[in-house]
Amino acid sequence: MKKVFIAFRNVSFRYGEEYPWALKNISFEIFSDEWIAIIGHNGSGKSTIAKLINGLLLPQEGEIIVDGMPVNEETIWDIRKSVGMVFQNPDNQFVGTTVRDDVAFGLENRGIAREEMIQRINDSLDAVGMTDYILHEPHRLSGGQKQRVAIASILAISPEVIILDEATAMLDPKGRHEIMNTVNEVKNKHHLALVAITHDLNEITQADRVIVMSEGEVWLESNPRDVFSRKEELQQIGLDIPFIAKLADDLSSIGVPIKNQPLNHEELLIELWKYHSKM
Amino acid sequence: MNNALIIGQYVPSNSFIHRLDPRTKIVIIFFFVIFVFFANSVASYGLLTLFSISSALATKIKLSFIIKGLTPVWILIIFTFILHLIVTKEGEVLFEVFSYPIFSGAVILGAAIALRFFLLILVTSLLTLTTTPIEITDAIEHILQPLNRIKFPVHELALMMSISLRFIPTLMQETEKISKAQASRGVDFKTGPMKDRIQAIVPLLVPLFISAFKRAEELAMAMEARGYQGGDGRTKLRELKIERRDWLTFFGFALVILSLFLTRS
Repeated sequence: MKKVFIAFRNVSFRYGEEYPWALKNISFEIFSDEWIAIIGHNGSGKSTIAKLINGLLLPQEGEIIVDGMPVNEETIWDIRKSVGMVFQNPDNQFVGTTVRDDVAFGLENRGIAREEMIQRINDSLDAVGMTDYILHEPHRLSGGQKQRVAIASILAISPEVIILDEATAMLDPKGRHEIMNTVNEVKNKHHLALVAITHDLNEITQADRVIVMSEGEVWLESNPRDVFSRKEELQQIGLDIPFIAKLADDLSSIGVPIKNQPLNHEELLIELWKYHSKM
Repeated sequence: MNNALIIGQYVPSNSFIHRLDPRTKIVIIFFFVIFVFFANSVASYGLLTLFSISSALATKIKLSFIIKGLTPVWILIIFTFILHLIVTKEGEVLFEVFSYPIFSGAVILGAAIALRFFLLILVTSLLTLTTTPIEITDAIEHILQPLNRIKFPVHELALMMSISLRFIPTLMQETEKISKAQASRGVDFKTGPMKDRIQAIVPLLVPLFISAFKRAEELAMAMEARGYQGGDGRTKLRELKIERRDWLTFFGFALVILSLFLTRS
């Protein structure tokens, strides 16, 4: 049976009295062990959702339940133990002077004994493939490597959900690939829920479910294939359509029948070679 | 980076001095700085010089590297010596330079002060040469611990220091990026009169400050998300341990100080 891990109930939020509502009466649920992508253009309220989940912001209206606890001043420290968050800028979340110290930071905050700390640091750096860099300073690491360290420092506190708040936005394609691979591995091994917040439609293909945000509201809640098939509407709310989806669209417009909306190169390829064999 | 000045530069090695607890080093240097002023005879100065030079040798860093690294300090030392020659009027007249009398007392006093100055700089620079900045930060946090009782924020101070250390290279990279960006827009940092060059720094500093504040804000949020709630109940990964070699060092230093008082005139 699926367990609801995060629930938003009629949540509204704004950054101040004179500001417009960043989130307007939104409700959704995220299950444990689920990969969910939240997508939207800048200012659609998607990053606000991330900060509401672990109590960096508190909503003016509505209720947020994480792991059975309502998010409020008393529960935020418990909630932050089970919610790990990777932010956008690799540099601005690296607290320690070396990789080892940075992973230790979260553990130190939780008062974990030194012997266990060392064990957990080694295990989590191993999980993201950064063991060789344990004594490196942040300025000797690439952006992708720093983000992998950020993921390791979250794994070290064994959370139940990892939120990636545009964690790949500042990386080059190689770094992006690195992170998505790492995340995939980690998710499968540790049975975590994953909330990937992004504005890049290419990153939602592996998700179980997608929430599309627009103007502070949930615009669509569906699976990636369905989201990909609504190209024109997505463009209207300011999202870029991935190349493969565009190509599939153009092909079907000149009479090549494409039944399944392809999510990546392989799927489009399968569609096409079958088409040829039919001729 | 200015390689001429070695003060504040760490040279990695595995020497006895490197492996000493940073607190041991800080405490000994603190007392050394005080006791240097007690030396008043040739023997006592000789003793302190012997102590300093042998400590420097024990770091396994080339002595020539250390001496060369103190070049800018030499100028100060020589300046102090000459000043003493001119100002002090004690003892007999040794000789005259352009009919200006140089007194024997001036030479002795000047040499003593210059030597004292040299020893101070040498020994204190040994600290930063053999100890990483983060070790120094940890040591300061430990040494200041008693101040917690009077509500002095020791942990916060140490954290601030370590975060500053961590961000120095980041901000240096950023400075370079911004100065290149501004240079490509026609800002000239290298030529022209001093006044213009100082003004050219403004378009460098403003973006740097803005980004530093933005970084600080994001860092604070990331720290909070990772469960940071102040120093209470925190454990530490980096551990400081006073070992046998630290006690031996303290004992040796105590002997040096004792002999210092015996050799005083």
